[in-house]
Amino acid sequence: MTPRQRRWIFLIAGAGLAAFYLWGLSGLPGFGHYPGPYGPAILRIAVAQTNATGVVSAINFDYRGFDTVGEEFILFVAAMGVATVLRPLRGERERPALDEAADRDAPPTSSAVRMVALLFTGPVVLAGWWLASHAQTNPSGGFQGGILLATAFILIYLSGEFLVFERFSPADLTDVAEAVGAGGFVAIGLAAIAMNLPYLDNYLPLGTIPGAVSSSGTIALISFFVGIEVAAAFTAIVGELLDQTLLRSA
Amino acid sequence: MSTLAVHTPYTVPVGMMDALQVTLLVLVAAGATAVVLIRAPVRQVLMLSTYGVLLAVLFLAFQAPDVTLSELTVGAVVLPVVILLTLAKVRKPEQ
Repeated sequence: MTPRQRRWIFLIAGAGLAAFYLWGLSGLPGFGHYPGPYGPAILRIAVAQTNATGVVSAINFDYRGFDTVGEEFILFVAAMGVATVLRPLRGERERPALDEAADRDAPPTSSAVRMVALLFTGPVVLAGWWLASHAQTNPSGGFQGGILLATAFILIYLSGEFLVFERFSPADLTDVAEAVGAGGFVAIGLAAIAMNLPYLDNYLPLGTIPGAVSSSGTIALISFFVGIEVAAAFTAIVGELLDQTLLRSA
Repeated sequence: MSTLAVHTPYTVPVGMMDALQVTLLVLVAAGATAVVLIRAPVRQVLMLSTYGVLLAVLFLAFQAPDVTLSELTVGAVVLPVVILLTLAKVRKPEQ
């Protein structure tokens, strides 16, 4: 096929795509005009039904909690896949994180980077836990909080050496935390079945004050477990990739 | 677009909100184009991180603060770190 023919095929296909795209666009509802019935319905009843003022969390962990279990396990399986694909192969061995040449100093981390990373680690951990444990009160949640917690581990890596990162997040611990996080979510749902309620039904006391930290029953609890799972999964993924940079074939 | 003016103690005038949203949409489009056009991998990662921040601010202006938090952590921090680590692995000369 000559370049000229290829260009023609592309132009025809491109024009077709553009036409379909514009046709689809013309059928969309106006900007900011949501036509579905669910948004207004949820906004009307969610706070009264769940006592959670973080309505997004109420939707994620209660109204469509079953979908969120699936999403949780997408991340779980992804982390497992990374760990499987990046396992040390036969003939690969880990070299020490320190420079092997005795007479040559490894380039030190600049003090500016160390300082910033050190200053941020504490506040990032605090913010992460806060987000993961306040899903019921505001637009935070286990996912956002969990990833923020994982970035705290990245900061520890940036501020020092890989060995310190490994000491703070040993693979065994992240694996267990991942399992506890993902399993906890499922177990909360199964407990509802044990009580003759639908799976993931919100069976815990909802509290009396909407938007209080103690409110919203299982929503807050599920968000907490999601936080653990997400933090562990992302720390595990980053840890596996860091391990890779230290591997070499013998 | 007037339906976007939700009345809270922090209500922003509709015209100003429209201007902000249009500005951010243009910036996000420019950022995405820049990510594609930059060819040097490390620079591309830095631009990708900047693009993540832009996208996060866009979500905030469109009243989705929960998505903002996710985008800020995933798009601006974790994804660039993962790509940088991959580049470090690929670039290391095999001995």
